[in-house]
Amino acid sequence: MATTQPAAGGESGPAPGSDRLRQISLTQRVLAKPAAGALIITVFVWIVFAILSLSAGSAVFLSVDGTFSYLDVAAQVGIVATAVALLMIGGEFDLSIGSLVGFAGIIIGIGVTELGLPLWLSIFLAVALTTGLGVINGIIVVRTGLPSFIVTLATLFIIRGLTVVMTALITNITFIPIDRAAVAADPIAGFFNWSAGPFKVSILWWIVIALIGAYILGRTRFGNWIAGVGGSASAARNLGVPVARVKISLFALTAFSAAILATVQSMTFFSSDVLRGRGLELDAITTAVIGGSLLTGGYGSVIGAAIGALALGMARIGIVFANINSDWYFIAIGTLLLVAVVLNNWIRRRFAGLR
Amino acid sequence: MEQPTPAAPAVAPPKSPDRPPLLEARDVSKYFGAVVALEHVSLTVRAGEVNCLLGDNGAGKSTLIKILSGVHEPDEGTLAVDGQPVRFGAPRDALNAGIATVYQDLSVMPLMSVSRNFFLGNEPTVGFGPFRRFDSATAATVAREQMHQIGIDVRDTEQLVGTLSGGERQTLAIARAEYFGARVLILDEPTSALGVKESAIVLRHAISARNRGLGVIFITHNVQHALPIGDSFTILTRGRSGGTFRRGELDAASLHRLMGGGEELEELQADLEILARREAAGLDPVAGLQFGSEGHH
Repeated sequence: MATTQPAAGGESGPAPGSDRLRQISLTQRVLAKPAAGALIITVFVWIVFAILSLSAGSAVFLSVDGTFSYLDVAAQVGIVATAVALLMIGGEFDLSIGSLVGFAGIIIGIGVTELGLPLWLSIFLAVALTTGLGVINGIIVVRTGLPSFIVTLATLFIIRGLTVVMTALITNITFIPIDRAAVAADPIAGFFNWSAGPFKVSILWWIVIALIGAYILGRTRFGNWIAGVGGSASAARNLGVPVARVKISLFALTAFSAAILATVQSMTFFSSDVLRGRGLELDAITTAVIGGSLLTGGYGSVIGAAIGALALGMARIGIVFANINSDWYFIAIGTLLLVAVVLNNWIRRRFAGLR
Repeated sequence: MEQPTPAAPAVAPPKSPDRPPLLEARDVSKYFGAVVALEHVSLTVRAGEVNCLLGDNGAGKSTLIKILSGVHEPDEGTLAVDGQPVRFGAPRDALNAGIATVYQDLSVMPLMSVSRNFFLGNEPTVGFGPFRRFDSATAATVAREQMHQIGIDVRDTEQLVGTLSGGERQTLAIARAEYFGARVLILDEPTSALGVKESAIVLRHAISARNRGLGVIFITHNVQHALPIGDSFTILTRGRSGGTFRRGELDAASLHRLMGGGEELEELQADLEILARREAAGLDPVAGLQFGSEGHH
């Protein structure tokens, strides 16, 4: 070093702490990633259902068709799992996400059938209005300082109720069929319902959204803010992070992904239904937690959540293929969640060196 | 967002009394409803000096710090930076004036890596438009260098801060504040939760920052930590100033007395002497003994 040393006090000999650091192996580094637990769990779920399916005398779980069918189910949750995980890492929940799916679908249905708008315009309208509701969720949480669990539980009821009331007033029923010819003729509907053999475009949405989410969280300044805001909002504010903006954006993103899922569903089923997305909030939180996100915020993984969605899809379809009564699904998911949390906790302590 | 502006390598400015102080609180008062949190308190910190702010719990140290760092505005009195009166409406204003506060909670995230913590809120980026991304290579290099300069060797800046010791976290917070242009470093009770060895490391950082020409305000209620590093001592008791003294004007006992804890300590001393005498006389040291401190209540 060519620089001159300060005269006194500044230098402290051998750095304290260095003798307390262990060399860390590659295995440990990999296991220290938040998504490690989700990967282990998902491989385990696959093995279990492969064995159950084979012992029930069917290899369909292992076939290409079987694989694509659970991928499609996984994609339904996976499309929203990324935003839900980001929001959880940012320290907040959105319980209203299921009602937002119902709302967005109904806006598309009403736009096409009642207002006579072109389908693509109805889709844009639905995405815009739903994202707007997400912004409102965010503003209420940030302004009141109330827990988002409570705020979005309230908006869950309000949005679901509003969707039912609005639909009943306008159409007299709570289910709106959408003309197949209109869907086939629409310039953008194909982005949401295209399929080739067993492959459905929803799978692509799930993967692409997860990759974008992982990029945002891991590689951008905004991603650093998300983790910081979730770690401690007041500390992040002291360091100059625009906390309110980050949180509101995350609520908007969650609502946006709900609108994408609603569009995929209504373009695939040629209908919208006020009850779509019921229970989605719990599925999405389950995938995020299996994926290694902490309920307390500040830590988690988007890829982990995407993998968590895969485990959920495998379990739901695997039970059918293994010829087990599908009532067992909830027991399987509950067990899966519990095992995942314990495993993630252990991994975090053992490999990331945290207490 | 503005790009981060790292401090130029600090060349220690010559100490001279004619230069205006870096930061001054002139006769500030703060009231919370009927509670007098702070009344007519003044404090001065010059470049290349450590000012120790001493006071017992509840003496108003935190309130004064919050005024200096822009969290509260004083109800009376003024602040001045480089001799010029200023108003801090928000913590950002104080930061922009070069006043960095290392709070007791350190503002570090245990579940984020060292380099991500270092640059939280001031992330370096590379690329343009949608491809503008967090420059993790630069972040890792700078964080490692800065931590090393201040005496902590972090081999792996991807290590989570939760795995660091209390002293290392304190170091991270101080190194970060200095790197982002602090001219005045306010250290809020930095040694209160630390062991002997770690306290020594932190005290050394305070001296080292002073030697690089920064003004340091060191808040503590521990006279043993304040005495060896302070150039001046400002004492707070019950929200009022107990005076400011230069180095060498006071010893530990008189500092304690001024902080309001002197009487209790002297009482303790007297009790201990009684115990020692009784023990020397072969009596059961505590049987039937009325302690002086009990007699007062």
